[in-house]
Amino acid sequence: MLRNAFQRKMAIAGVAESECGHGVGLTILQHQALAAKRALDDAGIDKEEVDAVMAVDFLGLPSLQVAEYLGIKPRFTDTTVTGGSAFETLVEHAVLGISAGLCDVALITYGSTLWSDRRRVTEGGGVDTRMPAAQFESPYGDLSPVSAYALAANRHMHEYGTTGEQLAEVAVSTRRWAALNPRALMREPITISDVIQSPMISSPLHKLDCCLMTDGGGAVVVTSAERARDLRRPPVYVLGSGFSSTHLSISQMRDLTTTGAVDSGRRAFEIAGVTNADIDVVEIYDSFTISVVIGLEDLGFCKKGEGGSFVQGGRLGPEGELPTNTSGGGLSYTHPGALGLFLIIEAVRQLRCDCGERQVAGAEVALVHGIGGWLSSHATLILGR
Amino acid sequence: MVVEPRDADPREVEMGSYEGPLPKPDKDSEVYWEAARRHELLVQQCSGCKRFRFYPRSVCPNCLSDEFQWRPATGRGRLYSFTVIHRAPTPSFRDQVPYVLALIDLDEGVRMMSNVIECDPDVVRIGMRVEVVFEDVTPEITLPKFKPSAGAVD
Repeated sequence: MLRNAFQRKMAIAGVAESECGHGVGLTILQHQALAAKRALDDAGIDKEEVDAVMAVDFLGLPSLQVAEYLGIKPRFTDTTVTGGSAFETLVEHAVLGISAGLCDVALITYGSTLWSDRRRVTEGGGVDTRMPAAQFESPYGDLSPVSAYALAANRHMHEYGTTGEQLAEVAVSTRRWAALNPRALMREPITISDVIQSPMISSPLHKLDCCLMTDGGGAVVVTSAERARDLRRPPVYVLGSGFSSTHLSISQMRDLTTTGAVDSGRRAFEIAGVTNADIDVVEIYDSFTISVVIGLEDLGFCKKGEGGSFVQGGRLGPEGELPTNTSGGGLSYTHPGALGLFLIIEAVRQLRCDCGERQVAGAEVALVHGIGGWLSSHATLILGR
Repeated sequence: MVVEPRDADPREVEMGSYEGPLPKPDKDSEVYWEAARRHELLVQQCSGCKRFRFYPRSVCPNCLSDEFQWRPATGRGRLYSFTVIHRAPTPSFRDQVPYVLALIDLDEGVRMMSNVIECDPDVVRIGMRVEVVFEDVTPEITLPKFKPSAGAVD
Protein backbone atom coordinates (compact mmCIF):
# COMPACT_ATOMS: atom_id res chain seq x y z
CA MET A 1 0.00 0.00 0.00
CA LEU A 2 2.68 2.45 1.07
CA ARG A 3 4.98 1.35 -1.71
CA ASN A 4 2.20 1.98 -4.21
CA ALA A 5 2.36 5.69 -3.47
CA PHE A 6 5.93 5.79 -4.76
CA GLN A 7 6.80 3.48 -7.69
CA ARG A 8 7.88 6.43 -9.84
CA LYS A 9 4.39 7.88 -9.55
CA MET A 10 5.47 11.10 -7.82
CA ALA A 11 8.13 13.55 -8.85
CA ILE A 12 9.99 16.67 -7.91
CA ALA A 13 9.32 19.08 -10.74
CA GLY A 14 11.03 22.27 -9.61
CA VAL A 15 13.76 23.36 -7.21
CA ALA A 16 15.43 26.65 -6.33
CA GLU A 17 17.29 28.58 -3.68
CA SER A 18 16.68 32.22 -2.89
CA GLU A 19 19.97 34.03 -2.32
CA CYS A 20 22.08 32.25 0.28
CA GLY A 21 25.02 33.61 2.19
CA HIS A 22 26.02 36.45 4.46
CA GLY A 23 24.40 39.88 4.36
CA VAL A 24 21.75 38.91 1.81
CA GLY A 25 19.31 41.42 3.27
CA LEU A 26 16.09 39.51 2.66
CA THR A 27 13.46 38.70 5.27
CA ILE A 28 12.41 35.14 6.06
CA LEU A 29 9.29 35.56 3.92
CA GLN A 30 11.20 37.21 1.07
CA HIS A 31 13.56 34.23 1.01
CA GLN A 32 10.62 31.85 0.71
CA ALA A 33 8.81 33.97 -1.86
CA LEU A 34 11.90 34.31 -4.05
CA ALA A 35 12.71 30.61 -3.81
CA ALA A 36 9.07 29.67 -4.49
CA LYS A 37 8.90 31.92 -7.54
CA ARG A 38 12.13 30.49 -8.89
CA ALA A 39 11.12 26.88 -8.18
CA LEU A 40 7.77 27.37 -9.94
CA ASP A 41 9.60 28.99 -12.88
CA ASP A 42 12.04 26.10 -12.89
CA ALA A 43 9.15 23.65 -13.11
CA GLY A 44 7.22 25.82 -15.55
CA ILE A 45 4.15 25.49 -13.40
CA ASP A 46 1.68 28.28 -12.68
CA LYS A 47 1.13 29.48 -9.14
CA GLU A 48 -2.61 28.90 -9.61
CA GLU A 49 -1.95 25.18 -9.81
CA VAL A 50 -0.39 25.04 -6.35
CA ASP A 51 -2.93 23.62 -3.94
CA ALA A 52 -0.64 22.54 -1.09
CA VAL A 53 1.76 24.75 0.83
CA MET A 54 4.26 23.18 3.19
CA ALA A 55 6.40 25.80 4.87
CA VAL A 56 8.83 25.48 7.72
CA ASP A 57 10.62 28.56 8.96
CA PHE A 58 10.26 28.39 12.73
CA LEU A 59 7.91 31.39 12.72
CA GLY A 60 4.33 31.15 14.02
CA LEU A 61 2.05 29.51 11.43
CA PRO A 62 4.41 29.18 8.49
CA SER A 63 2.27 27.37 5.91
CA LEU A 64 -0.58 29.83 6.34
CA GLN A 65 1.81 32.78 6.34
CA VAL A 66 3.65 31.71 3.19
CA ALA A 67 0.39 30.82 1.42
CA GLU A 68 -1.05 34.23 2.29
CA TYR A 69 2.15 36.05 1.23
CA LEU A 70 2.12 34.26 -2.13
CA GLY A 71 -1.64 34.60 -2.61
CA ILE A 72 -2.32 30.88 -2.51
CA LYS A 73 -5.41 29.36 -0.88
CA PRO A 74 -4.25 25.82 -0.23
CA ARG A 75 -6.48 22.82 0.36
CA PHE A 76 -3.66 20.94 2.03
CA THR A 77 -0.87 22.16 4.29
CA ASP A 78 1.79 20.61 6.43
CA THR A 79 4.32 22.16 8.76
CA THR A 80 6.33 19.38 10.30
CA VAL A 81 8.68 20.68 12.95
CA THR A 82 11.34 18.00 13.29
CA GLY A 83 14.39 20.21 12.76
CA GLY A 84 16.63 20.07 9.72
CA SER A 85 15.21 16.80 8.39
CA ALA A 86 11.66 18.19 8.12
CA PHE A 87 11.98 18.79 4.37
CA GLU A 88 12.66 15.18 3.47
CA THR A 89 9.58 14.34 5.53
CA LEU A 90 7.55 17.04 3.79
CA VAL A 91 8.39 15.48 0.41
CA GLU A 92 7.11 12.19 1.84
CA HIS A 93 3.94 13.90 3.04
CA ALA A 94 3.49 15.60 -0.32
CA VAL A 95 3.78 12.22 -2.05
CA LEU A 96 1.17 10.73 0.28
CA GLY A 97 -1.08 13.79 -0.02
CA ILE A 98 -1.00 13.76 -3.82
CA SER A 99 -1.40 9.99 -3.87
CA ALA A 100 -4.47 10.21 -1.64
CA GLY A 101 -6.01 12.96 -3.74
CA LEU A 102 -5.66 15.64 -1.06
CA CYS A 103 -3.70 17.88 -3.41
CA ASP A 104 -2.07 17.93 -6.86
CA VAL A 105 0.86 20.32 -6.61
CA ALA A 106 2.75 20.84 -3.36
CA LEU A 107 5.08 23.76 -2.74
CA ILE A 108 7.60 23.18 0.04
CA THR A 109 9.48 26.25 1.30
CA TYR A 110 12.09 27.25 3.84
CA GLY A 111 13.59 30.59 4.74
CA SER A 112 15.99 31.74 7.42
CA THR A 113 17.94 34.81 8.47
CA LEU A 114 20.18 32.87 10.83
CA TRP A 115 23.31 34.80 9.94
CA SER A 116 21.66 38.22 10.04
CA ASP A 117 20.11 37.40 13.37
CA ARG A 118 23.54 36.26 14.63
CA ARG A 119 21.87 33.54 16.54
CA ARG A 120 24.21 30.99 17.99
CA VAL A 121 21.77 28.13 18.10
CA THR A 122 20.21 26.53 15.04
CA GLU A 123 17.28 24.35 14.18
CA GLY A 124 14.31 25.97 15.79
CA GLY A 125 16.09 28.43 17.98
CA GLY A 126 17.35 26.04 20.63
CA VAL A 127 15.54 25.18 23.77
CA ASP A 128 12.25 26.58 25.02
CA THR A 129 12.55 27.23 28.74
CA ARG A 130 9.62 24.87 29.32
CA MET A 131 11.43 21.93 27.74
CA PRO A 132 13.19 19.44 30.02
CA ALA A 133 16.54 20.19 28.35
CA ALA A 134 16.30 23.74 29.69
CA GLN A 135 16.47 22.28 33.19
CA PHE A 136 18.71 19.28 32.66
CA GLU A 137 21.15 20.39 29.94
CA SER A 138 21.34 24.18 29.54
CA PRO A 139 22.51 24.90 33.13
CA TYR A 140 25.63 22.86 32.37
CA GLY A 141 26.66 25.13 29.53
CA ASP A 142 26.00 22.88 26.54
CA LEU A 143 27.04 24.64 23.34
CA SER A 144 24.02 23.57 21.35
CA PRO A 145 24.05 22.03 18.84
CA VAL A 146 27.84 21.58 18.51
CA SER A 147 28.35 19.94 21.90
CA ALA A 148 25.71 17.27 21.25
CA TYR A 149 27.49 16.15 18.09
CA ALA A 150 30.84 16.44 19.89
CA LEU A 151 29.60 14.02 22.55
CA ALA A 152 28.70 11.58 19.79
CA ALA A 153 32.03 12.10 18.05
CA ASN A 154 34.02 11.48 21.20
CA ARG A 155 32.09 8.31 21.95
CA HIS A 156 32.60 7.14 18.34
CA MET A 157 36.34 7.73 18.72
CA HIS A 158 36.33 5.84 22.02
CA GLU A 159 34.44 2.83 20.69
CA TYR A 160 35.92 2.55 17.21
CA GLY A 161 39.21 4.41 17.21
CA THR A 162 37.95 7.06 14.81
CA THR A 163 40.41 9.96 14.60
CA GLY A 164 40.20 13.72 14.22
CA GLU A 165 42.07 13.37 10.93
CA GLN A 166 39.38 11.02 9.63
CA LEU A 167 36.64 13.48 10.58
CA ALA A 168 38.67 16.21 8.88
CA GLU A 169 38.62 14.18 5.65
CA VAL A 170 34.90 14.89 5.42
CA ALA A 171 35.48 18.64 5.61
CA VAL A 172 38.27 18.45 3.03
CA SER A 173 36.27 16.39 0.51
CA THR A 174 33.22 18.59 0.97
CA ARG A 175 35.30 21.72 0.36
CA ARG A 176 36.61 20.18 -2.87
CA TRP A 177 33.01 19.88 -4.06
CA ALA A 178 32.29 23.46 -2.97
CA ALA A 179 35.22 24.66 -5.08
CA LEU A 180 33.24 23.40 -8.09
CA ASN A 181 29.97 25.07 -7.04
CA PRO A 182 29.68 28.76 -7.94
CA ARG A 183 26.90 29.13 -5.34
CA ALA A 184 29.06 27.86 -2.45
CA LEU A 185 30.13 30.32 0.21
CA MET A 186 33.50 28.75 1.05
CA ARG A 187 35.47 27.63 -2.01
CA GLU A 188 39.13 27.91 -1.02
CA PRO A 189 40.74 24.46 -0.75
CA ILE A 190 41.55 23.23 2.76
CA THR A 191 43.76 20.44 4.08
CA ILE A 192 43.37 17.99 6.93
CA SER A 193 45.90 20.02 8.84
CA ASP A 194 43.84 23.20 8.31
CA VAL A 195 40.88 21.46 9.94
CA ILE A 196 42.89 20.10 12.87
CA GLN A 197 44.56 23.45 13.42
CA SER A 198 41.36 25.47 13.26
CA PRO A 199 40.16 26.58 16.70
CA MET A 200 38.72 23.87 18.91
CA ILE A 201 35.05 24.62 19.54
CA SER A 202 33.79 21.61 21.46
CA SER A 203 36.29 18.76 21.48
CA PRO A 204 36.86 16.82 19.30
CA LEU A 205 35.14 19.20 16.87
CA HIS A 206 37.15 22.10 15.46
CA LYS A 207 35.73 25.13 13.73
CA LEU A 208 36.16 23.50 10.30
CA ASP A 209 34.29 20.38 11.53
CA CYS A 210 31.25 22.63 11.95
CA CYS A 211 28.78 23.88 9.36
CA LEU A 212 28.48 27.47 8.23
CA MET A 213 25.90 29.92 9.46
CA THR A 214 24.17 31.78 6.65
CA ASP A 215 20.91 33.33 5.55
CA GLY A 216 18.97 31.59 2.82
CA GLY A 217 15.82 30.01 1.52
CA GLY A 218 14.73 27.26 -0.77
CA ALA A 219 11.70 25.72 -2.42
CA VAL A 220 10.74 22.42 -3.97
CA VAL A 221 7.68 21.61 -6.10
CA VAL A 222 6.24 18.09 -5.87
CA THR A 223 3.56 16.76 -8.18
CA SER A 224 2.46 13.55 -9.85
CA ALA A 225 4.85 12.02 -12.35
CA GLU A 226 2.07 12.27 -14.91
CA ARG A 227 1.83 16.04 -14.47
CA ALA A 228 5.59 16.41 -14.16
CA ARG A 229 6.24 14.76 -17.52
CA ASP A 230 4.45 17.66 -19.25
CA LEU A 231 6.52 20.29 -17.48
CA ARG A 232 9.67 22.17 -18.42
CA ARG A 233 12.28 20.00 -16.73
CA PRO A 234 12.75 16.23 -16.57
CA PRO A 235 10.95 14.80 -13.55
CA VAL A 236 12.98 13.45 -10.67
CA TYR A 237 11.04 10.57 -9.16
CA VAL A 238 10.54 10.05 -5.45
CA LEU A 239 11.42 6.36 -5.14
CA GLY A 240 11.26 5.90 -1.41
CA SER A 241 11.29 7.55 1.98
CA GLY A 242 11.67 6.71 5.63
CA PHE A 243 11.65 8.48 8.98
CA SER A 244 12.80 7.65 12.47
CA SER A 245 13.25 9.53 15.71
CA THR A 246 14.82 8.04 18.82
CA HIS A 247 14.95 11.02 21.22
CA LEU A 248 15.01 14.80 21.27
CA SER A 249 17.68 15.96 23.72
CA ILE A 250 21.12 14.39 23.43
CA SER A 251 21.18 13.12 27.03
CA GLN A 252 18.19 10.92 26.16
CA MET A 253 19.95 9.21 23.24
CA ARG A 254 20.84 5.75 24.45
CA ASP A 255 23.60 4.82 22.00
CA LEU A 256 25.40 7.91 20.73
CA THR A 257 27.05 6.09 17.84
CA THR A 258 23.94 4.55 16.24
CA THR A 259 21.13 6.78 15.03
CA GLY A 260 17.61 6.61 13.66
CA ALA A 261 19.19 6.59 10.19
CA VAL A 262 19.39 2.80 10.52
CA ASP A 263 15.59 2.59 10.43
CA SER A 264 14.83 5.54 8.17
CA GLY A 265 17.36 4.29 5.63
CA ARG A 266 16.14 0.70 5.72
CA ARG A 267 12.55 1.80 5.14
CA ALA A 268 13.51 4.09 2.26
CA PHE A 269 15.59 1.38 0.56
CA GLU A 270 12.77 -1.16 0.97
CA ILE A 271 10.17 1.13 -0.56
CA ALA A 272 12.48 2.17 -3.39
CA GLY A 273 13.54 -1.41 -4.09
CA VAL A 274 17.19 -0.40 -4.45
CA THR A 275 20.37 -1.10 -2.47
CA ASN A 276 23.42 0.90 -1.47
CA ALA A 277 25.21 -0.31 -4.59
CA ASP A 278 22.60 1.49 -6.72
CA ILE A 279 23.26 4.90 -5.15
CA ASP A 280 25.28 7.24 -7.37
CA VAL A 281 25.13 10.40 -5.25
CA VAL A 282 24.75 10.85 -1.50
CA GLU A 283 23.58 14.02 0.24
CA ILE A 284 23.81 13.65 4.03
CA TYR A 285 23.09 16.51 6.39
CA ASP A 286 26.63 17.60 7.29
CA SER A 287 25.95 19.86 10.22
CA PHE A 288 29.23 18.46 11.52
CA THR A 289 31.80 16.09 10.04
CA ILE A 290 30.77 13.35 12.49
CA SER A 291 27.18 13.45 11.15
CA VAL A 292 28.44 12.20 7.79
CA VAL A 293 30.63 9.45 9.27
CA ILE A 294 27.82 8.08 11.44
CA GLY A 295 25.27 8.62 8.66
CA LEU A 296 27.27 6.58 6.13
CA GLU A 297 27.53 3.73 8.64
CA ASP A 298 23.88 3.78 9.66
CA LEU A 299 22.66 4.04 6.06
CA GLY A 300 24.64 0.91 5.22
CA PHE A 301 27.44 2.31 3.05
CA CYS A 302 29.97 0.77 5.45
CA LYS A 303 29.92 -1.23 8.66
CA LYS A 304 29.36 0.35 12.05
CA GLY A 305 32.63 1.72 13.31
CA GLU A 306 34.31 1.76 9.91
CA GLY A 307 33.07 5.19 8.87
CA GLY A 308 36.35 6.86 9.79
CA SER A 309 38.47 4.72 7.52
CA PHE A 310 35.72 4.66 4.87
CA VAL A 311 35.88 8.42 4.30
CA GLN A 312 39.69 8.44 3.96
CA GLY A 313 41.51 8.85 0.69
CA GLY A 314 38.99 11.25 -0.82
CA ARG A 315 36.30 8.60 -1.23
CA LEU A 316 33.53 11.19 -0.78
CA GLY A 317 35.06 13.88 -2.97
CA PRO A 318 35.14 14.55 -6.72
CA GLU A 319 36.68 11.49 -8.40
CA GLY A 320 35.88 9.49 -5.27
CA GLU A 321 33.89 6.26 -5.29
CA LEU A 322 30.95 7.72 -3.38
CA PRO A 323 30.26 11.33 -4.36
CA THR A 324 28.86 12.86 -1.18
CA ASN A 325 27.58 16.35 -0.46
CA THR A 326 28.31 17.46 -3.97
CA SER A 327 27.11 21.05 -3.43
CA GLY A 328 29.68 21.59 -0.71
CA GLY A 329 27.03 20.86 1.91
CA GLY A 330 26.48 22.66 5.17
CA LEU A 331 30.21 22.68 5.76
CA SER A 332 31.07 24.80 2.72
CA TYR A 333 28.05 25.67 0.56
CA THR A 334 25.41 27.11 2.85
CA HIS A 335 23.70 26.48 6.16
CA PRO A 336 20.78 28.77 6.94
CA GLY A 337 19.87 26.92 10.13
CA ALA A 338 18.40 23.89 8.42
CA LEU A 339 19.93 22.17 5.43
CA GLY A 340 17.35 19.52 4.56
CA LEU A 341 15.76 21.37 1.66
CA PHE A 342 19.12 22.23 0.09
CA LEU A 343 20.15 18.56 0.11
CA ILE A 344 17.06 17.79 -1.97
CA ILE A 345 17.76 20.67 -4.36
CA GLU A 346 21.29 19.40 -5.01
CA ALA A 347 20.21 15.79 -5.49
CA VAL A 348 17.56 16.88 -8.01
CA ARG A 349 20.14 18.96 -9.92
CA GLN A 350 22.56 16.03 -10.02
CA LEU A 351 19.86 13.72 -11.36
CA ARG A 352 18.94 16.28 -14.02
CA CYS A 353 22.61 16.68 -14.99
CA ASP A 354 22.42 20.39 -14.16
CA CYS A 355 25.61 20.53 -12.12
CA GLY A 356 28.26 21.64 -14.58
CA GLU A 357 31.77 21.13 -13.25
CA ARG A 358 30.59 19.14 -10.26
CA GLN A 359 28.25 16.85 -12.20
CA VAL A 360 28.51 13.21 -11.17
CA ALA A 361 28.63 11.44 -14.52
CA GLY A 362 25.65 9.20 -15.15
CA ALA A 363 23.96 9.87 -11.82
CA GLU A 364 20.67 7.98 -11.80
CA VAL A 365 19.84 7.37 -8.15
CA ALA A 366 20.51 9.69 -5.22
CA LEU A 367 20.11 9.24 -1.50
CA VAL A 368 19.22 12.28 0.59
CA HIS A 369 19.41 12.06 4.35
CA GLY A 370 18.18 14.80 6.66
CA ILE A 371 19.06 14.99 10.34
CA GLY A 372 17.20 17.19 12.80
CA GLY A 373 17.78 18.38 16.33
CA TRP A 374 20.55 16.66 18.23
CA LEU A 375 20.89 13.54 16.05
CA SER A 376 17.20 13.31 16.94
CA SER A 377 15.19 13.02 13.73
CA HIS A 378 16.25 11.16 10.62
CA ALA A 379 14.51 11.27 7.25
CA THR A 380 15.80 9.51 4.17
CA LEU A 381 14.67 10.05 0.58
CA ILE A 382 15.71 8.06 -2.43
CA LEU A 383 15.33 9.92 -5.70
CA GLY A 384 15.83 8.71 -9.24
CA ARG A 385 15.58 9.83 -12.82
CA MET B 1 28.43 5.22 50.20
CA VAL B 2 25.39 7.43 50.22
CA VAL B 3 26.17 11.08 49.74
CA GLU B 4 25.33 12.73 53.02
CA PRO B 5 22.76 15.44 52.65
CA ARG B 6 23.61 18.74 54.16
CA ASP B 7 21.75 21.97 54.29
CA ALA B 8 22.76 24.50 51.69
CA ASP B 9 23.87 27.65 53.38
CA PRO B 10 22.54 30.59 51.39
CA ARG B 11 25.23 32.80 52.90
CA GLU B 12 27.80 30.92 50.83
CA VAL B 13 26.25 32.31 47.66
CA GLU B 14 26.59 35.95 46.88
CA MET B 15 23.21 37.24 45.81
CA GLY B 16 22.85 37.88 42.11
CA SER B 17 26.41 36.87 41.30
CA TYR B 18 25.46 33.89 39.12
CA GLU B 19 24.41 34.72 35.57
CA GLY B 20 24.36 31.26 34.00
CA PRO B 21 21.15 29.64 32.77
CA LEU B 22 19.14 28.34 35.70
CA PRO B 23 16.59 25.53 35.75
CA LYS B 24 13.02 26.61 36.33
CA PRO B 25 11.59 23.79 38.44
CA ASP B 26 8.12 22.64 37.40
CA LYS B 27 5.65 20.10 38.72
CA ASP B 28 7.72 17.24 37.34
CA SER B 29 10.99 18.43 38.77
CA GLU B 30 10.42 20.50 41.92
CA VAL B 31 11.14 17.53 44.22
CA TYR B 32 14.39 16.89 42.35
CA TRP B 33 15.58 20.47 42.63
CA GLU B 34 14.50 20.79 46.26
CA ALA B 35 16.55 17.69 47.03
CA ALA B 36 19.53 19.04 45.11
CA ARG B 37 19.33 22.13 47.28
CA ARG B 38 19.70 19.80 50.29
CA HIS B 39 22.63 18.14 48.45
CA GLU B 40 20.71 14.99 47.71
CA LEU B 41 20.48 13.41 44.27
CA LEU B 42 17.08 11.81 43.72
CA VAL B 43 15.89 9.75 40.81
CA GLN B 44 12.42 8.47 40.09
CA GLN B 45 11.68 4.75 40.18
CA CYS B 46 8.56 3.43 38.48
CA SER B 47 6.28 1.57 40.88
CA GLY B 48 5.03 -0.59 38.02
CA CYS B 49 8.08 -1.87 36.17
CA LYS B 50 10.63 -0.78 38.80
CA ARG B 51 12.81 1.00 36.26
CA PHE B 52 14.67 4.13 37.21
CA ARG B 53 14.27 7.13 34.94
CA PHE B 54 15.85 10.48 34.30
CA TYR B 55 14.82 13.30 33.76
CA PRO B 56 11.84 13.35 36.12
CA ARG B 57 8.44 13.01 34.49
CA SER B 58 4.88 12.13 35.40
CA VAL B 59 4.71 8.81 33.55
CA CYS B 60 7.16 5.96 33.02
CA PRO B 61 8.69 6.03 29.52
CA ASN B 62 8.83 2.23 29.70
CA CYS B 63 5.33 1.24 30.88
CA LEU B 64 3.43 4.55 31.20
CA SER B 65 2.59 3.90 34.84
CA ASP B 66 2.02 7.17 36.63
CA GLU B 67 3.01 5.76 40.00
CA PHE B 68 6.57 6.22 41.09
CA GLN B 69 8.81 6.84 44.08
CA TRP B 70 11.71 9.18 44.54
CA ARG B 71 14.85 7.24 45.46
CA PRO B 72 18.17 8.57 46.64
CA ALA B 73 20.82 7.82 44.04
CA THR B 74 24.26 6.65 45.06
CA GLY B 75 25.63 9.67 43.25
CA ARG B 76 28.20 7.46 41.63
CA GLY B 77 28.54 6.57 38.01
CA ARG B 78 30.68 6.25 34.93
CA LEU B 79 31.42 8.75 32.20
CA TYR B 80 29.62 7.73 28.99
CA SER B 81 30.98 10.59 26.89
CA PHE B 82 32.25 14.14 27.28
CA THR B 83 33.35 17.18 25.35
CA VAL B 84 35.61 20.02 26.40
CA ILE B 85 33.85 23.25 25.50
CA HIS B 86 36.17 26.01 24.34
CA ARG B 87 33.61 28.54 23.10
CA ALA B 88 31.21 29.87 25.71
CA PRO B 89 27.55 29.34 24.78
CA THR B 90 26.60 32.54 26.64
CA PRO B 91 28.68 35.37 28.13
CA SER B 92 28.15 33.85 31.58
CA PHE B 93 30.39 30.90 30.64
CA ARG B 94 33.27 33.02 29.29
CA ASP B 95 35.37 32.79 32.42
CA GLN B 96 34.78 29.04 32.67
CA VAL B 97 36.08 27.82 29.30
CA PRO B 98 37.52 25.32 28.73
CA TYR B 99 35.16 23.17 30.78
CA VAL B 100 33.90 19.60 30.61
CA LEU B 101 30.33 18.84 29.51
CA ALA B 102 29.60 15.19 30.16
CA LEU B 103 27.04 12.42 30.00
CA ILE B 104 27.15 10.32 33.16
CA ASP B 105 25.64 6.86 33.51
CA LEU B 106 24.62 6.63 37.15
CA ASP B 107 24.91 3.24 38.80
CA GLU B 108 21.09 3.17 38.93
CA GLY B 109 21.16 2.85 35.14
CA VAL B 110 20.03 6.34 34.18
CA ARG B 111 22.00 8.92 32.23
CA MET B 112 22.29 12.60 32.98
CA MET B 113 24.15 15.56 31.56
CA SER B 114 26.42 17.48 33.89
CA ASN B 115 29.90 18.91 34.23
CA VAL B 116 33.01 17.15 35.46
CA ILE B 117 34.75 19.57 37.81
CA GLU B 118 37.52 19.65 40.37
CA CYS B 119 40.01 18.25 37.86
CA ASP B 120 41.99 19.29 34.80
CA PRO B 121 39.90 18.65 31.63
CA ASP B 122 42.96 16.85 30.22
CA VAL B 123 42.62 13.97 32.69
CA VAL B 124 38.96 13.26 31.89
CA ARG B 125 38.42 9.93 30.13
CA ILE B 126 35.38 8.08 28.84
CA GLY B 127 34.62 5.23 31.24
CA MET B 128 36.13 6.92 34.29
CA ARG B 129 34.32 6.63 37.61
CA VAL B 130 32.78 9.86 38.88
CA GLU B 131 30.77 10.94 41.89
CA VAL B 132 28.35 13.74 42.53
CA VAL B 133 29.26 17.07 44.10
CA PHE B 134 26.78 19.86 44.67
CA GLU B 135 27.36 23.38 43.47
CA ASP B 136 25.17 26.00 45.14
CA VAL B 137 24.88 28.51 42.34
CA THR B 138 22.09 30.66 43.83
CA PRO B 139 20.23 30.55 47.14
CA GLU B 140 17.47 28.59 45.38
CA ILE B 141 19.35 26.44 42.91
CA THR B 142 22.02 23.84 43.45
CA LEU B 143 23.42 22.03 40.41
CA PRO B 144 24.52 18.42 40.80
CA LYS B 145 27.94 18.14 39.17
CA PHE B 146 30.55 15.38 39.17
CA LYS B 147 34.19 14.91 40.06
CA PRO B 148 36.48 11.96 39.38
CA SER B 149 36.15 9.28 42.07
CA ALA B 150 39.19 8.59 44.20
CA GLY B 151 41.69 6.64 42.12
CA ALA B 152 39.83 7.34 38.85
CA VAL B 153 42.55 9.60 37.45
CA ASP B 154 45.67 7.89 36.11
